Amino acid sequence: MQSRAQAMQALFDIVGDQPVIVCNGFPSREAQKIKDRDGNFYMIGSMGVAASIGLGLALAQPDRQVVVFDGDGNVLMGMGTLATVGALRPKNLTHVVFDNEVYGTTGNQPSYSRVVRLDQVAKAAGYATVERVWEREDIIYEFKHMLANDGPHFLLIKVNEQIEDADRVALDPADLTKRFRAAVEQT
Amino acid sequence: MAVIDSDDFVKALQDMGFDFFTGVPDTILGGIIEVLSDRRLYTPSVREDEAVAMAAGAFLGGKIPVVLMQNSGLGNALNVLMSLHLIYRIPCLLIISWRGFEGKDAPEHLVMGQTMPQLMDTIRIPHRTLAAETLVEDLRWTAQTFMDQRIPVALFLKKGVVKAIQP
Repeated sequence: MQSRAQAMQALFDIVGDQPVIVCNGFPSREAQKIKDRDGNFYMIGSMGVAASIGLGLALAQPDRQVVVFDGDGNVLMGMGTLATVGALRPKNLTHVVFDNEVYGTTGNQPSYSRVVRLDQVAKAAGYATVERVWEREDIIYEFKHMLANDGPHFLLIKVNEQIEDADRVALDPADLTKRFRAAVEQT
Repeated sequence: MAVIDSDDFVKALQDMGFDFFTGVPDTILGGIIEVLSDRRLYTPSVREDEAVAMAAGAFLGGKIPVVLMQNSGLGNALNVLMSLHLIYRIPCLLIISWRGFEGKDAPEHLVMGQTMPQLMDTIRIPHRTLAAETLVEDLRWTAQTFMDQRIPVALFLKKGVVKAIQP
């Protein structure tokens, strides 16, 4: 099984100019370390709403593919948003969930994703494409396919509990907003 | 008491540049939501924290967002307002129905109804209570505060201030 950082690296190798919303906790810290770019929006708080932010952005920019890097704990906290996405069906939203089955940032307390199939919840909610993957080749294949086709897409990547040694998000939150908005405006 | 027409109110918001509307319904907000829905401007949300986060995403994508909610939903939205909007300097207009105003409502609304202004003062979200007599000034204040501070700004809406299309 891949670590989240390995899986994230594989995805960032494919990401072009698509904006990426990254959920709070270590996923944002790892993203900053692996591929800091103006088009990354790092959440540091507001757990549970990564997909909501991505959805709002996707609705505001309907001609642009929007990517969300989410976690199982975040999805479980904001599970109603799967229904909102499934009902609105934005074609330009790719919702990636790194599922390590634990609250990794706070000490690996188990999450319910080990017993509740989040991909099946997304499917029932009405996402156009839903895939659950483990292997690097499958991650790459499915993510490329999703970016090139109409969504909304849900890519559940099963990862191990390993956490990358990564610093806290360096930029001031208000500066992150400015940097990200400028990147969205320019591309 | 003069009553604001829902259609005029939505028109005024659009004239100010607001172009993304989401929220969770309340009876007091029904007329406004109906007008917004008729004009295909409204994207329903399932929870108030989702709604304010969607508004944040829309702002990041260049929109000027409005979120409508009952004040009970303000409780749901608090963490996102505090750990996203306020620290990232992401503005939005919150139109919040004031259930429980002066204690005249169902029991579940009384605590929030009594404490909402102080709650907003505590988390430092500027707020004002909308009235037909002061509508122009209320909206001018809203736009000014939104632009100057780039944080959420709240307008409280008491029962009967904005008319529903159908009573």
